[in-house]
Amino acid sequence: MTSGSMVEMVDLRARYGRREVLKGITLDVHRNEVLGIIGPAQSGKTTLLRIINRTVDDIPGAVFTGTVRVDGEDVRQVKDVFALRRKVGMVAPMPVGLPLSIFDNVAFAPRMAGLRDRDQLEERVERCLRQAALWDEVKDRLGSLGTKLSGGQQQRLTIARALSHDPEILCLDEFSIAIDPVTTMRIEDVLKELRSQMTVILVTNLVQQARRLANRTAFFFNGELVEVDRTEVIFSDQPASRKTYEYVNGIFG
Amino acid sequence: MTLLMVVPLVLIIGYLFYQAWPILSLDFLLSNPKHGMRAGGIWSPLLGTVYLVVISLVIATPIGVLAAVFLNEYARDNWFTRVVNLAVVNLAGVPSIVHALFGLGAFVLFARLGKSVLAASLTLAIMTLPVIIASTKEALASVPMAFREACWNVGATRWQTTLHVVLPNSISGILTGVILQVSRAAGETAPIMFTGAVFFKAIQAGHLFAYGLFDQCMALSMHLFTISTQVPDVPKALPYGTAVVLLGTVLAVNTLSIVVRIRLRSRRKW
Repeated sequence: MTSGSMVEMVDLRARYGRREVLKGITLDVHRNEVLGIIGPAQSGKTTLLRIINRTVDDIPGAVFTGTVRVDGEDVRQVKDVFALRRKVGMVAPMPVGLPLSIFDNVAFAPRMAGLRDRDQLEERVERCLRQAALWDEVKDRLGSLGTKLSGGQQQRLTIARALSHDPEILCLDEFSIAIDPVTTMRIEDVLKELRSQMTVILVTNLVQQARRLANRTAFFFNGELVEVDRTEVIFSDQPASRKTYEYVNGIFG
Repeated sequence: MTLLMVVPLVLIIGYLFYQAWPILSLDFLLSNPKHGMRAGGIWSPLLGTVYLVVISLVIATPIGVLAAVFLNEYARDNWFTRVVNLAVVNLAGVPSIVHALFGLGAFVLFARLGKSVLAASLTLAIMTLPVIIASTKEALASVPMAFREACWNVGATRWQTTLHVVLPNSISGILTGVILQVSRAAGETAPIMFTGAVFFKAIQAGHLFAYGLFDQCMALSMHLFTISTQVPDVPKALPYGTAVVLLGTVLAVNTLSIVVRIRLRSRRKW
């Protein structure tokens, strides 16, 4: 199946203790599209991503209800949650180089999944570092520590790591808040390359970033999905909701 | 003012060395006590202390580290883990004489180990365990959460994350905690007095495997107590010599822990 939805959410609700952070989200992410998710802080964007790869389990007190299907499979009923996580590449807001060599950073996920063959690992590491536009800068020092790279390089290393387990969906959670604009543009170029190969969910605080990259954009506010539409419509003079217009034009938020 | 803290240490060590000087030699280390403890060396108690320390830590370290890994990496914050954490903290504060009584009841009598190296080591293990758990937990907690989340995000299990990322980066703290317990286990007298250490036991001098697990043994701390208070007419240098060896062992181990920490810190990865 190559058409249809990669991620389907039906009446998704989530809360931390008493605080409700997602209030009934129904949203589809199509295959091979870039879905931008914009909205002010505290609107539930990060929680949504963490439900998709079930890392929400690691947050004490977090509960979610409703249905989320990834590739047709209900995330609540997946037998192997680690396989689900490998299907989803996740890039967190802050760059994280693991305290391992650059090579081992990228080879970590394949190794944990059982890949031992040295040639295959090398091939995989080179491919992922190339995809993340980091290869040329680090190819001569793959043995040095990932944590000693600059912030922007570490964020590209994080992307390489997220690609290392051959995900079908790539989720980026405000990937540019800790890095400079030039590196941000480089990574955006990387994403433009990747979007032909996989589904991308791009959570961002920079509305213009969604405008540049996303096919469709969803506007979240206070745990609710205000609207989702083609990006041109969201950024036009007439989105369905007045609030969306005000947010993308910087009148509030 | 802070420098004044050094003064007592220097005074103690200097005085001990001054008093012990006539007797210190390799022969003192390698020969057994003679003539009702009034002459000879300290091989028997020295080897006993080494046995007790090594065996107790071989027992306590794996259990303590695994318990800390469970508490810090796996356990959720619920009433059970809170009770366990509270127990660890309180157990670390139990006086050693109480551990001794427990060891006497549980290992010597109930488990029928008798007064033996094994019973005394188990008692020391129980005594050091909570401190090892606490220090290991602290070392594990110093590894940033972001590393764990990055591992989970790429589909690594908790165990893989612990084994490949958390433990290698907290090992210096874990080792420091364990090594510091060496000096504590070597120095305590009460826990072994009831459970395995004896007034006198002749063993083959200079022989490394002279004690069996179920033998009774001598120990430096207890030996020092014996020759200082229980035996009349001991030459003055003898207890001081014993004290120097005990102190030297402890200081050497503490220095080792500092060296290990510095070596591993210098390879700090973030």
